[in-house]
Amino acid sequence: MRRYLGRKLLIYVLTFFLAVTIDWLIPRFMPGDPVQTMLSRASLHAEAVEVMYGYYTRAFGLDVPVWQQYLNFWNAIFHGDLGTSVYLFPQPVIKIILRAVPYDVFLLLPAVLLSWFAGNWFGAFAARNKWLDNTLLPLGYILTATPYMWLGIVLAWAFGVVWGIFPIAGAYGFSLRPHLSWTFIGSVLKHWFLPFASIFLVKFGGWAIGMRNMIIYELEADYSHYLEALGAPRGLIRKYAFRNAILPQITGLSLDLGVIVAGALVTEVVFSYPGIGYLILQAIQNQDYFLIQGCFLFIIIGVLLANFAIDIAYVIVDPRTRLGMMGESA
Amino acid sequence: MSLQVENLTVYYQTLRGDVQALEKATFAVADGEIMGLAGESGCGKSTLANSLIRLVPPMRLVAGQVRLDGELLPLDDAKRMSEYRFTKISVIPQYAMNALNPTRKIGKIIAELLQSKGVDFATILPELKRRLDLVELSHDVLGMYPIELSGGMKQRAVMVLSVLLNPSLLIADEITSALDVSTQKAVAEMLVGFRDREFVRSLIVITHDISILYQMADSILIMYAGQLAEKASTDVIIRAPRHPYTRLLIASLPKVGVRYAERRLSGIPGRPPLLLDPPAGCRFRDRCSMAFEKCMEVPPFVEIEAGHFVACWKEFGADADA
Amino acid sequence: MMKRKVRSETLYFALRNNKLRVGLSVVLFFLVLTFVGPLLTRYAPYDYVNPLGAQPPSAKYWFGTTMFGQDVFTQFVYGLKATFLVGVVGGGLGTLIGVIVGFTAGYRGGMVDEALNMLTNIILVIPTLAILLIIAAYLKVRGIMTESVFIGCTAWPWAARAIRAQTFSLRSRDFVDLARLSGMSPWRIIFTEIAPNMMSYLLLVFILQFGGAILNAATLDFIGLGPTNAVSLGLMMNNAVLWGALLLGIWWWFIPPGLAIMAIVGALYVTNVGLDEVFNPKLREM
Repeated sequence: MRRYLGRKLLIYVLTFFLAVTIDWLIPRFMPGDPVQTMLSRASLHAEAVEVMYGYYTRAFGLDVPVWQQYLNFWNAIFHGDLGTSVYLFPQPVIKIILRAVPYDVFLLLPAVLLSWFAGNWFGAFAARNKWLDNTLLPLGYILTATPYMWLGIVLAWAFGVVWGIFPIAGAYGFSLRPHLSWTFIGSVLKHWFLPFASIFLVKFGGWAIGMRNMIIYELEADYSHYLEALGAPRGLIRKYAFRNAILPQITGLSLDLGVIVAGALVTEVVFSYPGIGYLILQAIQNQDYFLIQGCFLFIIIGVLLANFAIDIAYVIVDPRTRLGMMGESA
Repeated sequence: MSLQVENLTVYYQTLRGDVQALEKATFAVADGEIMGLAGESGCGKSTLANSLIRLVPPMRLVAGQVRLDGELLPLDDAKRMSEYRFTKISVIPQYAMNALNPTRKIGKIIAELLQSKGVDFATILPELKRRLDLVELSHDVLGMYPIELSGGMKQRAVMVLSVLLNPSLLIADEITSALDVSTQKAVAEMLVGFRDREFVRSLIVITHDISILYQMADSILIMYAGQLAEKASTDVIIRAPRHPYTRLLIASLPKVGVRYAERRLSGIPGRPPLLLDPPAGCRFRDRCSMAFEKCMEVPPFVEIEAGHFVACWKEFGADADA
Repeated sequence: MMKRKVRSETLYFALRNNKLRVGLSVVLFFLVLTFVGPLLTRYAPYDYVNPLGAQPPSAKYWFGTTMFGQDVFTQFVYGLKATFLVGVVGGGLGTLIGVIVGFTAGYRGGMVDEALNMLTNIILVIPTLAILLIIAAYLKVRGIMTESVFIGCTAWPWAARAIRAQTFSLRSRDFVDLARLSGMSPWRIIFTEIAPNMMSYLLLVFILQFGGAILNAATLDFIGLGPTNAVSLGLMMNNAVLWGALLLGIWWWFIPPGLAIMAIVGALYVTNVGLDEVFNPKLREM
């Protein structure tokens, strides 16, 4: 087992290396000069431009040879420094990102967890109740086929514009500053609900369908038939089926949890919700390549960690994986 | 124990109509009898076995009764039937090698199953261990996952589990089909041992391999296309079969020592009928060299001598041979 | 003789499976609309036809008009074309690459498998959005084909994984061993023994890739990384939100495109389930 995890770790390290290198290359592949772009926005005297150019070039570490920039980049990562933003200069990228992360966690953690629990629970029920199955199945497929941004738009329009129950932009009221009070908390929750709902509903559909299919598959397995032939009560058979069906669902959950750091891009765009997704969009629009680079690096690390966590989780939870690694089964 | 099957008729419901898989089966298995159930693939033997132990859709009980030790079995009532399963009637399935939940330790599977039946695991553990010894499985098996066992080991574990509560009747469904000859012998001997040690009282052994039945069965029931053809003691079936189909079947068995150059294997020309719309009367008549007009009626399963049943007009009809 | 019987039996069940019928009908409906739609309208998608700007659906403008007075219905039917194109090309390409990578990895095993696995993992981890950004920066003018190819080249890992698993299970089946023992060349084994059994599975994978490509394209279009010289359903939603349709209540601009995507992709998923039932007799409802 140690060898299995060791090999996986090696693959992850290699993948990390490659992914980070590609990430580093992004700003360098972009057409144009980021400093020049920045400066052209501020109207300056010609002489001032030259001085500023030199200053910014040094500030972004662009004055050293490319290979040195590459090494500096790695060095900076290990110091937790993801560079400086261009469009929000002089704020460090890491600070900007970390400001956005709590919003993503607040939005996505409940959405992912609640949709997983609710979806699996309903899916398990649907697998054994014909009536529920006939209503849940089409609903589930429709939900999981719904584009996130469209559901967000529709909810925003219906509940925000037409019925005016919920606000549709920002994480809290524009006139408020973050402070601890019921007004603020209430405002935050009101702004949170629609984006949360749009993500929750789509994911819920996916989980429900997945679990229902898995349970049906398990109930049709030979071991289920054997237990039935030996007169085992339905409860026991269902318990086994459920336990086996939930295993792949756990993998999915770990993956979803891991990519929380990637934010929910389109949902945040629709609701102007200040998570990493929204940040990326602003970075794209303002051509702030260092911010883009920093965001993606953050995401890469998150995804790799999530994948690794899944591998470990699966080994712990499923004896087949654990024992199957020892070679081909008999 | 005694098993009495009367007129058992089971169809499979399909989109294209009912497949008449089992037609008016009537026979009995006595106490301590090992009855072999043989026939071609698709002749209805698995249907018969499944009807007794697990009659689920798309199978449909059309008619008939089954009595085990005098009690009428509620074949199509799953809830009531589960009281008989495992305790009175049990099965070693065809898929025995996959019959154990792969994510649970074997000991745990057994314990939970017993508990659901109201049997305390600790009380039965010594007996369980004795039986594991009998089939040459180490006690460590209880702490292992199914994936850690070889196919043969898994099958033996299932064999032990299936008879753990000493059922009256055990149905062994094609359990030697996937095994090599020496293992087949071991398994056959184990099954007979189960009966001799009174772990089970009677056995129905389903197979398409008559040679195995010759080794272990007291009697053999031959089926064809959903109908019963002949039932008699093993000796009589092999040496003096009366039903045309049985005769051709026995004749087509390769004999030891006879080589291809000397005498070719004779088969039975033709194919079994499709049971979606089966022919009227005796379903073997299209392939039978002795068929005549009476065969358009279904021949009854008649006892022509003690313990020997045949369903063939030639054998007891108006122009029966002596 | 047997093959023909099996195929016609599959067809028999296929025609009677409800999920398949409903799913395919919906997809076909939209497909027909793609071809027939442009004939029903005499405008071009970006023509300014209504001097009154945004107006709700009426007899003259079936889906109403946008803020700029463009006919939403026209945009809608031309956008459907983009949707199907992305699905076919993007989904097809993704399936193709997935088959090549997954099948090779599954069939050869060993080092080849390890290397291809690593490749798959890398593609999965890289934020493909980043690469698209670079492409978008260089290609100021992008068409639907470019987007489809991009989606196909980045969405294949899922297909590859599924196909690899299926190949593994097929490879160890007895009939393959038998073929190998009989001395058949590997290519013949692949084409005559394994491929037919994979066909049904590949169809299922393709349908999922098709649906996924459509959703993927909708997302990309929505954030402005879609085609620049065509109309697509995602683009319609992007424009709608950009120009305040949300706040001004111009619901006919953003509801139809998303609804269509939801219907098509949902129908594809349901078709998938139906096909699975047809191919796998154990799942069939009686």
